Amino acid sequence: MQQFIELIRQPWPWYVAGPLIGLTVPTLLLIGNKSFGISSSLRHICAACFPANISFFKYDWKKEIWNLVFVLGVFFGGMIATNFMENPNAFQLSTNTMADLRTLGIQDFSGLMPADLFSMEALFSLKGFIFFVLGGFMVGFGTRYAGGCTSGHAIMGLSNLQIPSLIATCCFMIGGFTMTHLLMPIIFKLF
Amino acid sequence: MSFQQVSPPIEQDEQPFACEAPNDMAQPESWVSNIKYLIVGVLFGIVFVKAEIISWFRIQEMFRLQSFHMYGVIGSAVVVGMVSVFLIKKFNIKTLSGETIQFHPKKFQRGQIYGGLIFGLGWAITGACPGPLFAQIGSGYMAVIVTLLSAVAGTWAYGYFRDKLPN
Repeated sequence: MQQFIELIRQPWPWYVAGPLIGLTVPTLLLIGNKSFGISSSLRHICAACFPANISFFKYDWKKEIWNLVFVLGVFFGGMIATNFMENPNAFQLSTNTMADLRTLGIQDFSGLMPADLFSMEALFSLKGFIFFVLGGFMVGFGTRYAGGCTSGHAIMGLSNLQIPSLIATCCFMIGGFTMTHLLMPIIFKLF
Repeated sequence: MSFQQVSPPIEQDEQPFACEAPNDMAQPESWVSNIKYLIVGVLFGIVFVKAEIISWFRIQEMFRLQSFHMYGVIGSAVVVGMVSVFLIKKFNIKTLSGETIQFHPKKFQRGQIYGGLIFGLGWAITGACPGPLFAQIGSGYMAVIVTLLSAVAGTWAYGYFRDKLPN
């Protein structure tokens, strides 16, 4: 038992995590005929809190409450894993990535998130505005415009062999590569 | 029946209920039955943290092609999902309460390109897609609450400007 606890506290390899995430698709379908998709929760929050008479938010969000319960679960899952199953060893990052990010000005590689960016002090600065406010806005706007995110398109959509989901997934990647290689070097020069 | 067939497909999206992750369960569900989704969500959140998918650094590794980890996670998730969907369709497997499982073909829209690109930009900068956002907050990265609120604002803005955007 002790060994098992030691084992699950280590970072999980992709061949354990990936299949578990994939199994979410049949699990949700079998337990309640639910199609997997997380960004929809953001739409339900809008529909529940600020519908503002916008037709896009006028629907019976209460019927979709399972999705909000699901993301609440993700929140608690994060809490449990971080507080009770924490990795006893230091975070391992590819040395190439570390070198690349050092040239951009990131110095702290000790946690899952760069402390240089994800701190409360950084929040109320230009850095915080770009990384949290602008970034978050693009995530919310983009996923809804695309009709789904990594879960709804890349996992659920591709599992169901949907060509539009393949197009969307390719665009997610192109956007990510563009930000990482072309825009981030410019953004980091601003600070 | 014939009415549904002649109505233009664009109308489909205008119906009051058109969701990308829909609840297709015909029978009403009690509050208690939501616990199932809570449990699946908790397990999912644990996987997110333990596989370090919530890490901004892992997303950077992915977009810099310097680690296979994220590609392995997403790739194997898709393979398992595909096989599951194939089996459900092939053997016409029903839900636990005996309903036929509903699948939704997606229609191509230009939004998948424009929106996809915008989300991709945001994904690389925040280091999170919507799922990990919730797990990051649960992990105690309180600054991410701002990212989540901003994402809600972005979703709202899409709803507001939807008719003016090329779709």
